[in-house]
Amino acid sequence: MSQMETFYDVMRRQGITRRSFMKYCSLTASALGLGPAFVPKIAHAMETKPRTPVIWVHGLECTCCSESFIRSAHPLAKDVVLSMISLDYDDTLMAAAGHQAEAAMEETIEKYKGNYILAVEGNPPLNEDGMFCIVGGKPFVEQLRHAAEHAKAIISWGACASYGCVQAASPNPTRATPVHKVITDKPIIKVPGCPPIAEVMTGVITYMLTFDRLPQLDRQGRPQMFYSQRIHDKCYRRPHFDAGQFVEAWDDENARKGYCLYKMGCKGPTTYNACSTVRWNDGVSFPIQSGHGCIGCSEDGFWDAGSFYDRVTDLTQFGVESNADKIGIAAAGVVGGGIAVHAAASILVSAQRKAQSKDPSKETHEETRS
Amino acid sequence: MNEQTIHIPNPDVLPLQDNLLTGDATQSDVESIRRQTSVYVYEVPVRLWHWINALGITVLCVTGYLIASPPPSMQIDEAVNQFVFGYIRFAHFSAAYIVTFAFIGRIYWALVGNFHSTQLFILPVWNRHWWKEVLHEARWYLFLERDPKKYVGHNPLAHAAMFLFMTLGLTFMIFTGFALYSQGAGQGSLSDRLFGWVIPLVGGSQTLHSLHHLGMWSIVIFILIHVYAAIREDILSRQSIVSTMISGHRTFKDDDPN
Repeated sequence: MSQMETFYDVMRRQGITRRSFMKYCSLTASALGLGPAFVPKIAHAMETKPRTPVIWVHGLECTCCSESFIRSAHPLAKDVVLSMISLDYDDTLMAAAGHQAEAAMEETIEKYKGNYILAVEGNPPLNEDGMFCIVGGKPFVEQLRHAAEHAKAIISWGACASYGCVQAASPNPTRATPVHKVITDKPIIKVPGCPPIAEVMTGVITYMLTFDRLPQLDRQGRPQMFYSQRIHDKCYRRPHFDAGQFVEAWDDENARKGYCLYKMGCKGPTTYNACSTVRWNDGVSFPIQSGHGCIGCSEDGFWDAGSFYDRVTDLTQFGVESNADKIGIAAAGVVGGGIAVHAAASILVSAQRKAQSKDPSKETHEETRS
Repeated sequence: MNEQTIHIPNPDVLPLQDNLLTGDATQSDVESIRRQTSVYVYEVPVRLWHWINALGITVLCVTGYLIASPPPSMQIDEAVNQFVFGYIRFAHFSAAYIVTFAFIGRIYWALVGNFHSTQLFILPVWNRHWWKEVLHEARWYLFLERDPKKYVGHNPLAHAAMFLFMTLGLTFMIFTGFALYSQGAGQGSLSDRLFGWVIPLVGGSQTLHSLHHLGMWSIVIFILIHVYAAIREDILSRQSIVSTMISGHRTFKDDDPN
C-alpha cells in the first residue's frame, strides 16, 4: 500500500494480457460515449496513474447498489475493484471485519487526505442523534461526516444517498436525509436509481479516474452522460406512444403486441436514467422491455409521487386520496352548480325588480335600463 | 329630462329622424340614445389577444386533458405511419407557443397601449377605494346591492379574477409548461435553459405534471365563471360586455352619473 500501483500494473499482475487490456479500454470508451480517439487516452491514464483510493460507506440502505455494482459487465466490477480503484474500505465487500475494518478506513483517511473518493450508499438518519443506524458502534452520520471531511469528492450511490428513497418516504420517522443535505461543502455526484445501473456506476468511476475530474453534472448534480435524457426519449416503444397505441390493461392484446405502457402509469416520461439505452444485466433487458412500466426509481421522492400504475398520480397534499383530475372535476362541478344556482337567482331577482318597477311610485333610472 | 344626468341635453336636435319615419326606431329609442354613452376602451391588439387567447386556451385544455388521459388506442396503420398522439401533442405545443407569444405581445401592448391596457397587470391592492368597490361588486353578486356600478374597464371583481387566473395563472402555466416541454426538447435547449430550473424546484417531473394539470383545471373554472359573468353582466349590468370584447366600445345603458 505504501507505493500505489497503476491500474495497468495490477491488471498485468493478474495475468490480463495487453490485448485484453486494450479491449477493455475501448469498451470503457464506448460505454462512456467517447470516440475511438479516447481509447489511447484511457490506456495511457491506466498505465501511468496511481489507483484512486475509495472509501465506500453504507448508511440506511438495502445494499441493492452494491448488488448492482458487482454485476457490472462493461467494465467488469472485478476490474474496477481490483484494478482501477483501491477500494480500501467497504464493509460489505471487504475481507476485514470489526476493528480491523475501521482501522483500514482510518488509515486511508490519514494517508490520502484530500485525495480519496468517498462513495456513500444509503443515507444517514438524523432523528435521535442518528441512533437508527449504527456503524462500528457509532451513529452512521458521524462516520459520514468524518469520512467526508477530507474527501476529494463524494459519490451518492442510488436513490437513498441522492434523494432519500423509501426510508425518507413520508412520514420519514427516522428523518433519513440525503447526503447533500448533510455534507454541504464537498462536490457531490448523485447517481440515483434503486439501484443505479451497474454500468452507470462503474462508468462514473472510470470517467473520474481516466480524466481526473468530475463528470459534467446537470442541474440536480447527476452525471449528464447518463442522466440527461428520460427513459421515454430513448424508449424502443416510443413509436407506439406517438401513434396513440397503448396497453389498456395488463395482458390485453396490446400488451402482447408490445404497445406503449403510458396508460398503465409508466413513469418513463418523467424519469431521467439510462435504462432504455444501457439496459440491465449486461444489456439483456429493462423494465419496459419486460412489459412493465418504469416506476421512476431514479427520480426525487418517487415513493411519495403516487402510484406506480397511474398516469395522473394521486396527490396526498389534500389529505384524502385524490388526483389532479378528481380535484379539478369536483371544483369545476361545484363552480358550475354555483353558476346555475346564481343564474336562476339572477333571473328571479331581475324579474321581481321588473315587476316592482312597473309600480309608478318607485321611479328610478331602473326603468329606462330594463 | 332626468336631473341626474351626465349629459348636457341638446333638445334642439331630434336624432334618428329617418329611422322614426321608416319604423326602425320608436320614440323611446330616441330617448334612450340621448342618454346612452360609449367609450372606446379596448384597442385592436387587446381584443385580438383576447380571442387568440380564448381559442388557444381551449385547444390547450382539450389537448392537455388528452395528453394526461389519452383517447382509446387506435389501430389505423403500423405505428410508423400513425401519429395520432403525436398530433395531439403537436397541437398542444403549437397552441402553447401561440398563447405564450400572444401574452408577450399583450405585455408589450400594456407598455405602449392606452390607459386601460395596463389594468390586467396591476391589481391596486393598496387602493382603499378599490377594496370598497370589490366589496360593492361582491355584494351585487350576492344580491345584496340593488344596483351595480358603472365600470369603464373591468369591474373590480373581474379585475381580481383576471389578474389571478390570467396574469398570474397564465404565467404559471407558461413556466411549468415550458419546463415540461424542455424535457422533450432536451438539456441545453432554449426551453431547458430558460425554464428547466422549475423541475427540481417543485421536486420532480411527476409533481410538475400534477401542478400543470391543476393549473389547467383552475383555468377551466375561470372560463366557466368568466363566460357566465360576461353574459350575466351584459344583461343585468349597466354597461355592455360581450359586444365590447368585439368592438372595443363600452356602451353605458343609462346616464346616471355614478
